[in-house]
Amino acid sequence: MDPVELVVVAAGLRQPSTTRMLADRLAAAAERALGNHGRSTHVRVLELRELAVDIANNLVTGFPNSTLDDALKAVEGADAVIVVSPIFSASYSGLFKSFFDLIEPKALTGTPVLIAATGGSVRHSLALEHALRPLFSYLHATVVPTGVFAATEDWGAASGAESVDLVGRIDRAAGELALFVAGQPPRKNSVEDDDEVIPFEQLLAR
Amino acid sequence: MQFGIFTVGDVTPDPTTGRTPTEHERIKAMVTLAVHAEEVGLDVFATGEHHNPPFVPSSPTTMLGWIAARTERLILSTATTLITTDDPVKIAEDFAMLQHLADGRVDLMLGRGNTGPVYPWFGKDIRDGIALAVENYALLRRLWREESVDWEGKFRTPLRGFTSTPRPLDDVPPFVWHGSIRSPEIAEQAAYYGDGFFANNIFWPKDHFQKLIGLYRRRFEHYGHGTAEQALVGLGGQVFMRPNSQDAVREFRPYFDNAPVYGHGPSLEEFTRDTPLTVGTPDQVIEKTLKFREYFGDYQRQLFLVDHAGLPLKTVLEQLDLLGEKVVPVLREEFAKNRPAAVPDAPNHASLLAAVDGEK
Repeated sequence: MDPVELVVVAAGLRQPSTTRMLADRLAAAAERALGNHGRSTHVRVLELRELAVDIANNLVTGFPNSTLDDALKAVEGADAVIVVSPIFSASYSGLFKSFFDLIEPKALTGTPVLIAATGGSVRHSLALEHALRPLFSYLHATVVPTGVFAATEDWGAASGAESVDLVGRIDRAAGELALFVAGQPPRKNSVEDDDEVIPFEQLLAR
Repeated sequence: MQFGIFTVGDVTPDPTTGRTPTEHERIKAMVTLAVHAEEVGLDVFATGEHHNPPFVPSSPTTMLGWIAARTERLILSTATTLITTDDPVKIAEDFAMLQHLADGRVDLMLGRGNTGPVYPWFGKDIRDGIALAVENYALLRRLWREESVDWEGKFRTPLRGFTSTPRPLDDVPPFVWHGSIRSPEIAEQAAYYGDGFFANNIFWPKDHFQKLIGLYRRRFEHYGHGTAEQALVGLGGQVFMRPNSQDAVREFRPYFDNAPVYGHGPSLEEFTRDTPLTVGTPDQVIEKTLKFREYFGDYQRQLFLVDHAGLPLKTVLEQLDLLGEKVVPVLREEFAKNRPAAVPDAPNHASLLAAVDGEK
């Protein structure tokens, strides 16, 4: 069986970033969980920071340059996607939203997506449910039930406290993602099939 | 091979002076460019169609009729005629009339339009864009080819025994190009009818258009109109030239940076790397345009955008001079080299008439 194409979208802005840390942990957990289903995984991480100017240019000109096009196609053709955004002003970051604004509207239909976010305190955690989940529902993705939120304090919490909860949530969410992927028929890796065309008689008859 | 210019018809402030031309000045500038295009030896002038400011060309056949009276050779065309929101009956009538006045020097490029509110303004729904293009064009073809048309469709009032007047010149409808930036359905439509396909590639990277044109060529052959290499392809281009490359870049940069379509986005350098835009010497334009054949195959029509973003008329006339003197003669010669004999020229009234006579 082909390896699972897992694309991780991390929208953190600093380096190093806790958003990227969470993204890497989720990717590793997903890889383990998929392994339990007998699937190998090919992970590709997209740091949106590196694409920030390309994303803005696409918004202005209407087309992606080749670097951004490659990233968009990777997400659109993925078997599973993990998305991680910092929470800014009660929602995903503008850069995160701008990137997903450029995804073809139907390209993520049925794609298993794990939503995750980082923030200064746990008070922001419901942004996962009121911002990220509706966005990916709109894109017709299959969003796993468990969203993962990591607050700053989670990274230093003693074992048996918050950190255990974070690790537990990471594993639970990754397990759900793996279950969704394992239960799906293999996806076409390219959304743009060159030979795909609706014969004109069909267009005329509509 | 045909060479020409196409214009959006935007009224845009000149960013170097802050002055905005009046609509009257812009309209007169557009027709001045058309007349000069013929004077410098170009083959085609095509105007856009828009129904909202800051654009002026809402009434293309009126403008093209004026130009027809002042030119002898120039082919008058559009880029594009809105097949979605214009009544196909009026398109049939307007362009047949223009054919008679211009003695056949007319073709047109159909497009769906890119301005959302135009649909509701004309009583249509943008979600029907493709369906409108399909149904309206099917009717347009019949109006030009059948004396008496009975018609019933989804999008306009039925017709019983309707005759579109005047009839097309010599009963030969004008040649039709289908313009598209994104939609494979339009490439398929052009292929189905054996019409031309114009890929307005000026704002997008080439890979995208290689796919779209490749699809059109394959389907053109599939529908039995000839081989894929005989399919009728038109391409856009966008240039700004000075004898010295640095002068061109320096002079064009403020227009580029403030251009309505792509201004305030990528740099001039990025945009010239990623799209057909060339800012430099006539030789650089020649070099880049010749590459189009490598990317897309031998093609029939090359249109350049030269007059947008607030460039003054005098500057644009100089661009036409350079196109006519330095660029197009070389392109004609180079494109003719190694061009397979089977690759046809773009159809025109005379060739379409000869084809009809041949069938008789």
